[in-house]
Amino acid sequence: MAREGEAGAWLEAVQDATTLVLKAKGDWIVAHADGADKSLAQVDVRGRRSVIFDLAAIGKLDTTGAWLLHRAQRQFQTQGAVATYIGANAAQATLLDAVTKGDRPTVDHPAHGNPIMVIVERMGRTLEEIGITLRDATAFFGLVLETLGKTILNPRRMRLTSTVYHMEQAGLNAVPIVSLISFLIGAVLAFQGAQQLRKFGGEVFTVNLVAISFLREVGILLTAIMVAGRSGSAFAAQIGSMKVREEIDAMRTLGLDPAEVLVLPRVIALIVMMPLLGFIAAFMGLSGGGLVVLLNLGMSPEMYIQRLYDALDFWDVFTGVIKAPVFGLLIAVIGCFEGMKVEGSAESVGQRTTASVVEGIFTVIVVDAFFSILFIQLGV
Amino acid sequence: MTGDAIISVRDLKTQFGDQVIHEHLDLDIYAGEVLGIVGGSGTGKSVLLRTILGLNPPVAGSIEIFGKLRSQMTPEDAHAVERRWGVLFQDGALFSSLTVTQNIQVPLKEHLKLPVQLMNEIAALKIALVGLPAEAGPKYPSELSGGMRKRAGLARALALDPEIVFLDEPTAGLDPIGASAFDELIKNLQATLGLTVFMVTHDLDSLYAICDRIAVLADKRVIVTGPISEMLKQEQPWIREYFHGPRGRAAMAAKSAPPRS
Ligand SMILES: Nc1ncnc2c1ncn2[C@@H]1O[C@H](COP(=O)(O)OP(=O)(O)O)[C@@H](O)[C@H]1O
Ligand SMILES: [Mg+2]
Repeated sequence: MAREGEAGAWLEAVQDATTLVLKAKGDWIVAHADGADKSLAQVDVRGRRSVIFDLAAIGKLDTTGAWLLHRAQRQFQTQGAVATYIGANAAQATLLDAVTKGDRPTVDHPAHGNPIMVIVERMGRTLEEIGITLRDATAFFGLVLETLGKTILNPRRMRLTSTVYHMEQAGLNAVPIVSLISFLIGAVLAFQGAQQLRKFGGEVFTVNLVAISFLREVGILLTAIMVAGRSGSAFAAQIGSMKVREEIDAMRTLGLDPAEVLVLPRVIALIVMMPLLGFIAAFMGLSGGGLVVLLNLGMSPEMYIQRLYDALDFWDVFTGVIKAPVFGLLIAVIGCFEGMKVEGSAESVGQRTTASVVEGIFTVIVVDAFFSILFIQLGV
Repeated sequence: MTGDAIISVRDLKTQFGDQVIHEHLDLDIYAGEVLGIVGGSGTGKSVLLRTILGLNPPVAGSIEIFGKLRSQMTPEDAHAVERRWGVLFQDGALFSSLTVTQNIQVPLKEHLKLPVQLMNEIAALKIALVGLPAEAGPKYPSELSGGMRKRAGLARALALDPEIVFLDEPTAGLDPIGASAFDELIKNLQATLGLTVFMVTHDLDSLYAICDRIAVLADKRVIVTGPISEMLKQEQPWIREYFHGPRGRAAMAAKSAPPRS
């Protein structure tokens, strides 16, 4: 045993013309591996015919210490010296044997190449992944529509309890935050609009500004973004963790269709709840705008409502309504799709959850742009 | 062959809510022994292991580890103790975002400062020692089978060459050849490193092959401890059924049969 205060692992060399005897001293354990490694690296065997490791005076020996000795032995052999051990007790000999058996070419982690090539390669990979995601998402979308169709033809297959649960989670529980944000944005929009319109005496048109922008675009977009952040991510995380624990596989083997059991209730819940949330958002936005108009322009509530009637036509209300279920469908499908794409690890759940939010918001905005073009072309 | 108790549990009580798992439980673990813990499903073997590891606070009783009372340990003491043990959880509990090699290097990096090259070699060696192919190193846990994950978990538990390893049903999920190889490995490590092993197991072959002592968990406490020969003499119905049932007899026969050559 190494004496206290002399912790470490080191070598003492005794040499004659042809033979080098290395006495291993101290504890050759992982905690002292660095020192042991260095003292072995200093040994110079050039010109020696044989090297003998003398383990008689060694303290403790563990696998790392044994590994270092074995590695040195191998290295000395390749340098032309015959390296052997003496003085190892039975246990140490067994350990050295085990380590010798465990010596095999290491399989390295893929090396990092040229940084520019790595960037180019990563870009290529990302592009390819986007392509694959688009294809798979389209396929998944088709699957959901098919399942939806089947369920409409045979409504008894619908999972009512689960659907209602998700309507509550994703819809009802989102009401407070959607209301609050819409109210504030409505007020801000009215305030800023009034400031600008005042410059050419058109303050009264603040009402038109708030009403039309909120009903056509802002209300439903705000709602969609919040729902993507709240519920799209929740769907991805829920389904993703089930995937990690092989619950989805278990479901399949039990003859349950995950699309029907997990995806459809969430999709239906959002399709139903989005118009409701959109309506609430519009109402609260108009209320927020109304409050500013009331305080800032001194318009009475009756007058505000009258002006709303004058400013809006049927299509201003209807375009918002028509978009809501489509956005709900897209957000739910993307959330579930990303959840199903989770593979293996907890980290994957995190990545897919993030992706569900990013892709959800992106898709909603792109589709909203298409709607705008469509409505303009139709002249509504 | 057994020395002093390196872990002693006295009058331990654990419970979850109203459900009492252990009460008046005493257990000693001696240096250099392989201690097998057996007991019916749900008798609290895993909970006992977690309690000793400090993952599950006991309601009453004391746990002494390497001569220090758990309840009086400072965070530094606890950190020092963690260096001296390795744990293999029931399903491996590998970090899923790291490769097998990186998993093995986690304790090395946490507790020591070693050159990268040496850490890679140590990881490769441990992978070899637990009987995994070298190709397993750069793989992620999700790319391995259950049995391989278990071996990788063992490799991580052995990373720091601990004095004691805690194994929760290590051979469950391994094929019979792999299970015997594992027993062999534990035996070797114990012989070479003076390793102490605390092993929850249902594998009767392991109990016969490598356990020096067996502790039986029943009625919320350890009802008997002793070598296998003692277990065979016990009259307690569960123990009789366990060691004299069809599987028990088969394992006994396998042990006493002359080795084939
Ligand atoms: N975190 C926990 N919360 C509540 N009960 C638990 C918890 N962990 C274990 N139990 C209960 O403790 C008992 C013992 O569990 P465990 O130690 O896992 O059994 P086993 O002996 O099969 O390993 C079981 O009844 C289990 O339900
Ligand atoms: Mg258990």
